[in-house]
Amino acid sequence: MKIAILGMGCATCNKLEDTVRLAVKETGIDAQIDHVKDIKQIMAYGVMTTPALVIDGKVVAAGKLPTLADIKKIIGGK
Amino acid sequence: MAECCNKDNSDKKKINYYIPFVLIPLAVLIYIFLEQGVDFLVYGILNLDKNSHLTESIRFFLYDTPKVFILLTVIVFVVGIIRSYFSPEKTRKALEGKPLFAGNVMAAGLGILTPFCTCSAIPLFIGFVESGIPLGVTFSFLVAAPMINEVALVLLFGLFGWKTALLYATTGLLIAIVSGWVIGKLKVERFVEEWVYEIKAGDFQMAEGKVTFTDRIQAGHTAVVDIVSKVWIYIVAGIAVGAAVHGYVPENFMASIMGKEAWWSVPLAVLIGVPLYSNAAGIIPILQALLEKGAALGTALAFMMSVIGLSLPEMIILRKIIKLPLIVIFISVVATGIMIVGFLFNLIY
Repeated sequence: MKIAILGMGCATCNKLEDTVRLAVKETGIDAQIDHVKDIKQIMAYGVMTTPALVIDGKVVAAGKLPTLADIKKIIGGK
Repeated sequence: MAECCNKDNSDKKKINYYIPFVLIPLAVLIYIFLEQGVDFLVYGILNLDKNSHLTESIRFFLYDTPKVFILLTVIVFVVGIIRSYFSPEKTRKALEGKPLFAGNVMAAGLGILTPFCTCSAIPLFIGFVESGIPLGVTFSFLVAAPMINEVALVLLFGLFGWKTALLYATTGLLIAIVSGWVIGKLKVERFVEEWVYEIKAGDFQMAEGKVTFTDRIQAGHTAVVDIVSKVWIYIVAGIAVGAAVHGYVPENFMASIMGKEAWWSVPLAVLIGVPLYSNAAGIIPILQALLEKGAALGTALAFMMSVIGLSLPEMIILRKIIKLPLIVIFISVVATGIMIVGFLFNLIY
């Protein structure tokens, strides 16, 4: 599974990355985590608010910090 | 933090309804009896001297702090629910293809309602430009969004009364509409970094699940926790300074510096206010105390608007996508609007 966090280094974006790493660790899922900070790449996903969470190329959350439980549900459901 | 999210759903629902059905009625009740309560505590139980400066300051602090926090919690909660109906993506869709003036009015209005953080200014700006929204309309949004926010309105309402709060919101909205319109007329497209136009934004394809009303109440709850945890320290500090000014600074002390007669105080207030970066929470309680000591309302409003509406960090972020001349134009146009508002109110009141 490929997980991407879109954010330009804001505090919430970094928190999202931490939460995602924790969720991956706790669910034991094999995933590759990327933190995309380049604005051109971020815009390519079409989001207008950061942080955004992208799983396998699909935007699943934008402009908010999903909870650990939410992230587990999203990555576990695949 | 982790334990909050591991609870099952039934437990989560209980927390959700705790704010609207227990906390808010309780807060309203406290709010109604607050003044009598504080007077009873200060004069009755503590038995402090009615004429001392210290008593005045203590009473001011004890009364204003809970008042502001009650208002903040209730209003941020309601605004959080309202905002869950809006998003930058929806706002962009609404603004697409709107002509200049109508677009400015809509953008300023939506700027108040759309959840927005300065840290997202770049993707938002590019997203607007991408879908052909005129620059002037985008700027109306960028002026209104930070300037007219719920924290500022709560503090103005709580400390100055509803008239001043309404005045601030109306004039702020006007400044956002007119400055955006002026910038739109100036044909500033060439001052946007070229690469912005080259970006090909993808289609946003987030599958939005059904949003229930419980989710919206949760959004209100999140907004309260988020905002109160961020601003409480500034509010307490602001009210403490305000209380000291209230008790110790003599009457009419500010009249010569920030009073009506000192016409230069308006541009000076804006000049100091623009680079200064503070949230509404810290600045408004101090201003209230200064106003009491003879500062003019127009000058105070102008200072407040320039501190909250225009900030150095925001300009630094925007500099990545727009060239310096446009930053200068942006600041000058908005600052001029703020000064006009300042002069106008000093003239009327």
